[in-house]
Amino acid sequence: MSKHWYHYLWIWSVIYFALGFFNILFAWLGMISFCLPLVIAIFGGSKAFCNRYCDRGQLLRALGSQAGLSRRRDIPVWMRSKFFRYGFLIFFLAMFAQMLYATYLVYAGVTTLGEFVTLFWSVRVPWEWAYPVKVAPWAAQFAFGLYSLMLTSAILGIITMLFFKPRSWCVYCPMGTMTQLICRAKSPDTYPEQKI
Amino acid sequence: MKKLSPRLAFVNQSECVACGSCMDVCPRGAVSVWRGSFAVVDEGLCVGCGQCAKECPASVIEIRPRLSRTAAEEKIA
Ligand code: SF4
Ligand code: SF4
Ligand code: SF4
Repeated sequence: MSKHWYHYLWIWSVIYFALGFFNILFAWLGMISFCLPLVIAIFGGSKAFCNRYCDRGQLLRALGSQAGLSRRRDIPVWMRSKFFRYGFLIFFLAMFAQMLYATYLVYAGVTTLGEFVTLFWSVRVPWEWAYPVKVAPWAAQFAFGLYSLMLTSAILGIITMLFFKPRSWCVYCPMGTMTQLICRAKSPDTYPEQKI
Repeated sequence: MKKLSPRLAFVNQSECVACGSCMDVCPRGAVSVWRGSFAVVDEGLCVGCGQCAKECPASVIEIRPRLSRTAAEEKIA
């Protein structure tokens, strides 16, 4: 396995979660992880982000393949089915929309800022120390929401990395599914199928 | 003609998630992700080592004998 500079991009994951631990406003940087793969897929028609430059993918590779923490079992068939992958994408987008709605409610003054991180869309974890510099409440609410989403998906990815193949999260990762859908839509299936 | 390996990686393209893990580990640079859609194996470069199959998170790569193909092709030719 030859070594490339992008194999070190997992460091970005560590920096991201560490920054958000001390100041939640850094969670906004997570928008890079949402926008960059979409931009590359929409304008470049490729999954170069997944294939090389995704910090999450590299983190799971480093922990699972390099550090050998993965048990490398086959992922259950249902987890790689289109039904589950698209279903998880829809669920994830719905949760993202709910996060935006929560941000709007704070913006509109209907609710007040909740200074906590929500894991698995249900478990509230106190996080108030990470809000030392006050900004507009809605901007902080968005940061808490995005960090919750990022941390939840990272934990899910690490759990499936331990049991299944290192990058098993990439099978049902909403960004991966979405960019593949965009790429497939952009390029008609003209490549000759491999027949053996 | 160059002697080809007896075995070869085969990607189930309709179930491939295009993550590129196979491309990352292939020692021969024989596999690539085609237009972000699915992985494609260069049959001339692949030596059937199975690294890609071991890494594929979706478990959609199989290492199969190359022979069946050449035999089938010879029949057509
Ligand atoms: S599937 Fe998701 S986690 Fe995996 S490389 Fe792509 S964007 Fe990153
Ligand atoms: S079997 Fe080996 S040489 Fe062939 S594509 Fe897979 S990793 Fe590359
Ligand atoms: S590792 Fe498997 S799922 Fe990922 S691109 Fe290669 S064949 Fe497709």
